[in-house]
Amino acid sequence: MTEDNTAPIIEFSNVAKRFGPLTVLDDFNFTVRKGEKVTLIGPSGSGKSTVLRILMTLEPFQDGRLTLSGMSYHEPNGKGPFKASERHLRQIRTHVGMVFQSFNLFPHMTVLRNVVEAPLRVLGIARAEAECRALQLLDMVGLADKKDFYPSQLSGGQQQRVAIARALAMRPRVLLFDEPTSALDPQLVGEVLSVIRGLAHEHDLTMLLVTHEMRFAREVSDRVCFFDKGRICEQGAPDEIFGAPREARTREFLSSVLA
Amino acid sequence: MMYGYEWDTTTWLTYTTSILPIILIGLTVTLKAAAAGFAIALVLGLAFALLRRSRLIAISWTTAVIVEFLRDTPLLVQLFFLYYVLPEFGIVLPAFLTGALALGLQYAAYTSEVYRGGIEAVARGQWEAATALNLTRMQAYRDIIIPQAIPRIVPAMGNYLVAMIKETPVLSVVTVMEMMGLANMIGERTFEYLVPLTLVGLIFLLLTLICSAGLHRLQKALPKAGIPLR
Repeated sequence: MTEDNTAPIIEFSNVAKRFGPLTVLDDFNFTVRKGEKVTLIGPSGSGKSTVLRILMTLEPFQDGRLTLSGMSYHEPNGKGPFKASERHLRQIRTHVGMVFQSFNLFPHMTVLRNVVEAPLRVLGIARAEAECRALQLLDMVGLADKKDFYPSQLSGGQQQRVAIARALAMRPRVLLFDEPTSALDPQLVGEVLSVIRGLAHEHDLTMLLVTHEMRFAREVSDRVCFFDKGRICEQGAPDEIFGAPREARTREFLSSVLA
Repeated sequence: MMYGYEWDTTTWLTYTTSILPIILIGLTVTLKAAAAGFAIALVLGLAFALLRRSRLIAISWTTAVIVEFLRDTPLLVQLFFLYYVLPEFGIVLPAFLTGALALGLQYAAYTSEVYRGGIEAVARGQWEAATALNLTRMQAYRDIIIPQAIPRIVPAMGNYLVAMIKETPVLSVVTVMEMMGLANMIGERTFEYLVPLTLVGLIFLLLTLICSAGLHRLQKALPKAGIPLR
């Protein structure tokens, strides 16, 4: 296990991502070890969310190389913007899950159905088993009693907890959180963070978290990466970054958000 | 087919009661043609909409051309084409089927745009969530996107249903004996057009009113968030 946990699960090498004339990531290098909990912080537009969206195959990237568990995102003769076949992308996605800022629950389905849908259709798990697992996960996020509710009947915090259960139901090895509490009323942030905090103890789960909750980042992450203008400007253990940042940009950013 | 019927044109009331049975036979043909045509339009329209959104440019463009062609040529021309030209290529369809097909094809072009609008109106985050959960594109359409598009497209679909019902008389030009064709024929025999045409007009009015009321109720009954298809 110790050996396993030093192996990189995610490797960005010289990745470039452009939206038309706008360069979001430039010569980007970033490695995450298996089981590591990494928080990405930085000003908006610095490319943090783009990193997650590329990992989830929601965005293609142009140059460089990205691997997940040794599997390259681009295929040698891959076509289209993703330079890979749909089959290959689906193979990658089996390892990755994502929790969105705006929850993106399916509004026409009950909470339970939201959680079982993908295991049922994609993993081909039998309904009874899928529902049993879904209930365990809903119980874990404290919402088993809401299984027959529709998303619109839940608070934002409850919706986000369902979204976390839904992502976990696909048993990802890497779980991405894209500003999971940014759309929430302040009094609902805590309940979502405590669910994520619980997951941070999961030894095998690799977590990437984009957040503006600095205290939380300091508490749960193994490593904090400060993004600026499409690059990681500074990274290190939470205590280093928050306690003694070396870069001027980092200090500037932290003083502006912690003020 | 009119032999054996006697029409009493002495007063408008006797005239009406004597032609009513035959007009009602025409009504069933009208209803069947509209139902068949609308069923074709609903299914084919969805197929057009999905094909037009295909990532393969060859498929999306071909579909776009077909849809534009169907939309921008008169129903009457399409109807004559199916009825008189196809047999020259050895494809002979019964008159009713030809009529229903022509209606269905033209309205499929209209409904495909309704579907397209409904599908595009579903929030992008829904696609992203479906992708993140590794659903295939087809699964995402069937289980996530189309169920949410349905409540949005019902009103426009209803308008097209009403429009289509009102267009069924055009089928009489290819010998489909629906209400209007029969009324016209009765008029030709008796030289009394007022009563049969008024009767047919009133029945159409009643039909479309019933449809509109039904659609209104359906719209209210549908959950706003969408309905799971399975």
